[in-house]
Order: sequence, then C-alpha cells, then structure tokens
Amino acid sequence: MIRQTAAELAAKIHRGETTSVEVTQAHLDRIAETDGKLNAFLHVDTEGALAQARKVDEDVAAGRTPASPLAGVPLALKDVLTQEGIPTTAGSKILEGWRPPYDATVTRKLKEAGIVILGKTNMDEFAMGSSTENSAYGPTANPWDLTRIPGGSGGGSSAALAAHQAPLAIGTDTGGSIRQPGAVTGTVGVKPTYGTVSRYGLIAFSSSLDQAGPCARTVLDAALLHEVIGGYDPMDSTSINAPLPPVVAATREGAQGDLSGVRVGVVTQFSGEGYQPGVLRSFEAAVSQLKELGAEIVEISCPSFDYALPAYYLIAPSEASSNLARFDAMRYGLRVGDDGNRSTEEVMSLTREAGFGPEVKRRIMIGTYALSAGYYDAYYGSAQKVRTLITREFEQAFTKVDVLVSPTTPTTAFKIGERTNDPVAMYKADLCTIPSNLAGNCGLSVPSGLSDEDGMPVGLQIMAPALQDHRMYRVAAAYEAARGPIGGASL
Amino acid sequence: MTALSELMDYDEVIEKFDPVLGLEVHVELHTNTKMFCGCANVFGGEPNTNTCPTCLGMPGALPVVNATAIESAIRIGLALNCEIAEWCRFARKNYFYPDMPKNFQTSQYDEPIAFNGWLDVTLDDGEILRVEIERAHMEEDTGKSLHVGGATGRIHGAEHSLLDYNRAGVPLIEIVTKMVPGTGRRAPEVARAYVTALRDLLKALDVSDVRMDQGSLRCDANVSLSPKTTGELGTRTETKNVNSLRSVERAVRFEMTRQAAVLESGGKVIQETRHFDESSGSTSSGRTKETAEDYRYFPEPDLVPIAPSREWVEELRGTLPELPWERRKRIQQEWNLTDEALRDLVNAGAMDLIAATVDAGAKPDEARSWWVSYLTQQANTRGVELADLPITPAQVAQVITLVNSGSLTNKMAREVVTGVLEGEGEPDEVVEKRGLKVVSDDSALEAAVDEALAAQPDVAQKIRDGKVQAAGAIVGAVMKATKGQADAARVREIVIARCS
Ligand SMILES: [Zn+2]
Repeated sequence: MIRQTAAELAAKIHRGETTSVEVTQAHLDRIAETDGKLNAFLHVDTEGALAQARKVDEDVAAGRTPASPLAGVPLALKDVLTQEGIPTTAGSKILEGWRPPYDATVTRKLKEAGIVILGKTNMDEFAMGSSTENSAYGPTANPWDLTRIPGGSGGGSSAALAAHQAPLAIGTDTGGSIRQPGAVTGTVGVKPTYGTVSRYGLIAFSSSLDQAGPCARTVLDAALLHEVIGGYDPMDSTSINAPLPPVVAATREGAQGDLSGVRVGVVTQFSGEGYQPGVLRSFEAAVSQLKELGAEIVEISCPSFDYALPAYYLIAPSEASSNLARFDAMRYGLRVGDDGNRSTEEVMSLTREAGFGPEVKRRIMIGTYALSAGYYDAYYGSAQKVRTLITREFEQAFTKVDVLVSPTTPTTAFKIGERTNDPVAMYKADLCTIPSNLAGNCGLSVPSGLSDEDGMPVGLQIMAPALQDHRMYRVAAAYEAARGPIGGASL
Repeated sequence: MTALSELMDYDEVIEKFDPVLGLEVHVELHTNTKMFCGCANVFGGEPNTNTCPTCLGMPGALPVVNATAIESAIRIGLALNCEIAEWCRFARKNYFYPDMPKNFQTSQYDEPIAFNGWLDVTLDDGEILRVEIERAHMEEDTGKSLHVGGATGRIHGAEHSLLDYNRAGVPLIEIVTKMVPGTGRRAPEVARAYVTALRDLLKALDVSDVRMDQGSLRCDANVSLSPKTTGELGTRTETKNVNSLRSVERAVRFEMTRQAAVLESGGKVIQETRHFDESSGSTSSGRTKETAEDYRYFPEPDLVPIAPSREWVEELRGTLPELPWERRKRIQQEWNLTDEALRDLVNAGAMDLIAATVDAGAKPDEARSWWVSYLTQQANTRGVELADLPITPAQVAQVITLVNSGSLTNKMAREVVTGVLEGEGEPDEVVEKRGLKVVSDDSALEAAVDEALAAQPDVAQKIRDGKVQAAGAIVGAVMKATKGQADAARVREIVIARCS
C-alpha cells in the first residue's frame, strides 16, 4: 500500500476500497519501522493523524463529497510551519518545547482539505543548510544510502517520501531547500512562484525568498498538493491576489507525452567545473528526451547567474539576522541563565548562545555585518542590484523560451560529514536553484534517473516565469512519463 | 540631578546664545485595530489581553498594514501641508529590547509617507510663526515594561520586570520638524505653542486621542545652543518623558540654562537622551551610549510598498475638516470678537468648548459666559484644565436651555452644573435629585401668596392701598416658603393681582 501514489490512495479511499485510517496506519507503521535509521521525523502525531483520518472515513461512509481530491492521504509537514498545539522547532534548540497557538495558512488548508498530517519533519536549523546536518536534533539519512545526506534544508520531508513513510510532504524553499533534497532523494519537489503559497505561519528564514511548496513522488501528486496549499491569503501581504496557475490541468496535458511547440532553454552557466560528470550525463539524457517529446532545445546564457550565490549569501543572512532577533527568551522557547540575578540582556545573550547552532550564528553575524551602517550599500545594496539583474536576465530568457532547464544540483548526495567543515562547498549545492528564488520565479525538480557513477538519484530542474508554474508541470509530467520508473530507495 | 548653581541665568543665556529647537512628536492613532494585526487598539485593559501571534512576534506570524492608519497618515500629512510620497516602504529598525516583540520596530526610514510641510503656530501674543515639518512617518508602538522593586521604577535595581504587549503594534505617526532657529528668548514658548497647535490639528482631524497624560501624544524636545560669537551650531540633546504642554516649555528652558552653563564653564554638551522630571522641572542624563546605535535599517520584506494614487490623496484632501486656524478665524467673525478676546479664549482652552456648546444649541454669548466665568472658576478650584472638567459642552447647553425656558433660575443652574461636576448624572437627573425646579404652577403659587398675605395682614393692606413696593415682603416670604424655587417676578405679579 505505501508504494502507491497519493492520487491512487485518494481514489481508493474515496471509492471505499480502503480507508484513510488503514492508509494512515500503514504509514505510521512504516515510520515506526524505519525512522530509527532515518531520523526524518522530529515529531509523529499518531493520535491527531488517526483522528483526522477517521473524519475523512466518516465523510466517505456518509456519502459526502471528499473535502479535496487528496482527502484522507497522509502527509509529512516540514517543522518550519506552525501547527496548533504540535511541537514546532524549525530544527532549533531555541524553540524546543514550543507549541504554537495557531495554524500556518498552509497547515489550515491541509486540514480543510482532509489531508492527514502525520508529523513534523527534520530540517536544517531555521532552514539554513543543504544537508539537514544542521538540525539541532541530529542529521537525517538518505534512504538510498544511509551514509549520505538527504539534501536540505528539507531533508526530512524528502527522505520521508523516498522511504515511503508518506506519499506527500510539504517543504519550504529559500535557495533550493525543496528542489535539492528532491533531486538527491529521487523525488519531486516544487518551489512555486513567490507569493502564491502563503507564508503566514512559515517561520521566516529570509522573508523575500522563502516559499512553501509541495513534495511528492510523482508530478501529478505534487500538482494536486500544490492546488490544495496555494492561493491568495490576506494574512500574507506579499501574497499575490491572482488565480493560482492551473498546475493539475497542465500536468494531465503533459502526461499525454507531447511537447511540440515548447521551447526549452538550457542554461549554459550550469555545467562545467564543479559538476559531477554522472550528473551532467543524466542531464544531457534528459534534454535529449525532451527533444524526442517534441520540444525545441535552445542554449541560453545568463551571465548574472554566476553572481547569484554571493548575492544570496548577503540577502538571506541579512533578513535572517533580523527575523531571528525575536528568539530572545522573553515570550516563548528556550530560556537560559535566568537565575534571578542576571539582567535581561544577559539572559537573552546566554539563550541565543546556547539555543542557536554554529551555521545559524554564522549567518546572523554575516547578516548583521552586511546591514551595518557604512557597509549596507556595498553588501546588501549591491546584492539587491544583482537580484534585479538576475530578474531581468530571466525576463529576457523567457522571451526566447518557455522554460529553462538545468541539473537541480551539481552533485548527487554527498556523504554525511563530508562538507560540514567547508561551508562554501556546502553552499554550492544550491548553485542552480538560487536564481529562481532571487527572481521570485518558480522551479521544479523531477528525478532524471540515477548517476552512472554512484547509483544515486539525479534531479532535472525546470524553471518558469512567475505565475507560469503550469509550464514546468507540463514539461515535467511529459518527461516523467517518457522517462519511466527510476527504481526505488534501498531502505 | 543638576544643581541650580550649575544653571545659567536665563537672560544671560539669551544674551550669549541662540537656541535651536527640533521637535519630534509621536502620535498614537485611535484606529479600531493595531497597525499590523486585527487586535483591538484600546488604552488600558488587562495586560496582554489585546494580543495575537503577530503583535507578540510569534514565529511565522506576519504583518498586514492597517489601511485606516495609512489614510490617517496621509490626512495628517496633508493637514501639515506636506508632500505625500507616491511610493514608499516600511523599514525594519533593528535593536534588542524586551518590550519590542520582534526585536525590530517596523517603521519608515528614508521613505516617509509625508515630507516637506509646515505648520503655522500662534504664539501667546497672537504672533504667527511658521514651523517647517521635515517628515511624518508611520511606525508601530512598543509594549510596556513594568519594573518591580527597586527605587526608581527604572530597569536598574528592579527585582523583576513584567511585560505588557497590549500597546505593542499600536499605530504611531512620528512628526519631525526641521531645525527651528531664531526663536531666541521665546524658544520654550515656541516649543509649547507648536505642540499645542499640532495637538489641536490632530484633534480636528479626529485621528488620535492626543492625550499627553496617557501617552497618546508624546514629545521629544531637541535643544542645542549656538554661541552668538561664532554662530556655530551646537551639540543637541534629546529630552524625553515630557508629558504635558507645560513640561515641553519647562524642559526646553531647563536644557537651555543647563547647556549654557556647561558651555560657559568650558565644557562640552554631550549628545545624549535626557529624561525630564516633572516634579523638579529638570532633565537628567539617560543611558549614555558609547557608540551611536546602529539600527541596521532595511526595507521590510514582509510588507509591500505603499503607493497611494493621486486620486486617493485628493479624495482624502477633500475629507480634511475645517482646520483649527481656519475655524478660529470664522468663529472670531461669527462671535464678533476682538483679536484679544479670541486669544484669551484660545489660551484658556475655552474656544473649542464654547464652540461645541454653541453647536449643541446655545447662543455664543451664553456659552461663553458659562465657560469663562463659572466653569473657569470651577476648573481653577479643582486644579484641572477647563477641558478636563467632568462636564460636556452638550450638558452645558442643556442647562442653558433649562434657564431660557424658565425652568431654572441662574442660581439653580449653577447648582445643577455643580451636581454634574460632582458626578450626579445628566442635568435632568441633577434637577430631579436635588429637587431644583422653578415652581411655575400658578395655583400652587397663588396658594402660597394667599397664605403669606394672611400671615401679614398689615402688609397686605398696604399693598391694597397702592404701596406696591411693600409687595417685596410678601414675595420674600413666598420665596422662602418655596425654598427659592419660584420665579420671583411671577410671584410679584400674583401678589399685585391678588391685592387689586
Ligand atoms: Zn495583535
């Protein structure tokens, strides 16, 4: 049962061939069986999940229309989104024990759609990282090879999918945190257009870049979930008041296998030095496949993309340094050193010292520095200019092509511990994904098979302009159908 | 605390220095909800009851701008003759403080909603001074810390501190003047007059309670001295905690005399924040910062830019009420007042009250007479501002109506007003409770007159004989019998009628 897609499971539940409780229990059992090795979940809400499942089953039994096409299907929620009454840590010690008093808009929409939330998944602390090794609660393993990382920051969500602990998951993507884990675990991950999925209740890392999105094992499941969580939200001022792109329809159209008339641009900047040959070979094969499906292939040069990584590592830490200031021991979460003698400032300082991990501290310091008087223009200001440049180059590229493609990440999953002492090497995992975040566009990673060197999954990234998410779903669905199965994780 | 010996005589200050003023006024808007969330915006209330994830800075919570606050900001800008930005943003002002839930204040930095304006200020002698406005921008208020234990109520020495976030996120408009030089001796008066004019303006716009005592209007006074010999600009201090109009004046004057003494003795004025102490009338040094605070401002990424269309701005311009100075001019003409008489009314804080009483139906003369005589007396006795007397213009108008209809004598009317001031309720209720009613029932009066005539037959006879002046004794007796509630003139008429 756990090998089935969300669409299949939902259909069976709605037809009464199985029950949501049965499906949910099977996944809870799978979590119990495998999570000791994986550490994909930080919290499993067995009772809450079963209660939600029973509600869906009652609806089905009573002949009521299911709340959504995915009603009754279990899902793993990244621990960066609030769920009322359920421990939410964002992978940090500083929030240990905090139970939010409110649901994120995404969480509320999942509940309203009858989707069963199994629990909260592991992640790099405050979504800062590309390997989930920065979690304060230990790393998550890659189900394809337990000695390797599952990507990050949403490694817990993608590992849960690859290990069949859940057929659906929610991630958040600030610089690639949905797409890169998707790529290295052989799953589908989508960063929707900025502003199309509400950020209300998403614990902010970098407000102008953060975007929640769907994770699944198939493009259709991702599209179905996308339509559940997306849409305008008056609680998020940066939410776009426009109809959600028709991603499910585009997926069904793409699955017909015809891409004639679709212009696909290959970004020339994303290859060469630093790219694993097996990844590039997989990418080239994928491009050939697209051509066979009728797409027109064009090479596109976007020189400013070379500056995306440094710009990102100024903008994201700057916003983070401010977003994370609220963790001060005054209102919630950890409090250290409050012995009745120490001053408020000392308690704040001791709490932040003890509560934040090294990568978070590094980024707070970078961001604080970049925003300082006298440095602002040189750092934050210049980075914003690069951002504008990248946005323009995307716009120009999209006058010539409908979508852009690249490998999702330069290498397959690396070994746990391999890059922990080399932050820059770690940062490079997001080289290909960051530009879409900076421009506020959408991006998707779909598995393109396994690398012939290490047998680990490789991802094909498809990028589209803002509010054109359906374009990338169409291409991804056509490619997925033509590619055929890539096999499954060993776990 | 600065000893008096460390202050320079005021005349000497003026002889040697030119004071330069700068005034920053924070106004809490009285919108229904807070600046960035749906919580009620009310003063007081049990601590932390008007809060939500957003104004508590909970992880994941986001701000949404209160459209009414933007509207108010634009209206204030227009009333201050400012330009209104075509496009502006909020910025984050980053610093750690426990009463600030996010440890950054959502404010505006280099893109204020309104800028480059002016306000005409009427000084005590009627002279008008134009104060230039640099900017008016939007921001959110902080919560409040309550420091328990320790002598000062300040954080140092306190045993523990309590935090109340009810005020966190209340919409604020900060209005900043350009430097105001050249006011000389009158600098303290100018400062007070400016804040007064601004308060009246904001009141007319109906955007704020403008209560300095409750903190809905707060003034920071920047003062520096420029030596007349060199003309160079001096170092300024910023005095906070100035909680009344009078304090604005006192604080500026104190700072002038203090800074002058420092400069005279060869010292340097330190650029710092100072606190005004109401009881001693002096300022004291706040926490001195060794380095200037770096707030690391950057555009607020959780909010979208504000781009008020010109049509909307013009529409809002159309909603501006008659502004205080326009109104003053109109009232002066309508009431036929001399400049001096008008100024006295304005200075006594009586003009708005009289106008409101007139609006409630009274004639200007009658309304004016109540407010400048009996009520002013009452205010003085009670040691409060006229406006703070617990009686409304509408209530005064009701009393006037009762007098005009003959239900109350002037003496009784004063008693009714006293009753209202003492919290006995509406004028009608006071009349009822205190049994104050002109006895106007002729049959009752006739009976009383007959009784008095019977009791004093010799007087009655005199009247019948045509000695009408003798009627006074009978009238007096009737008034006594009716406890003064009869209309004496009417009694007199009846007495004469009965005796003819
Ligand atoms: Zn609130």
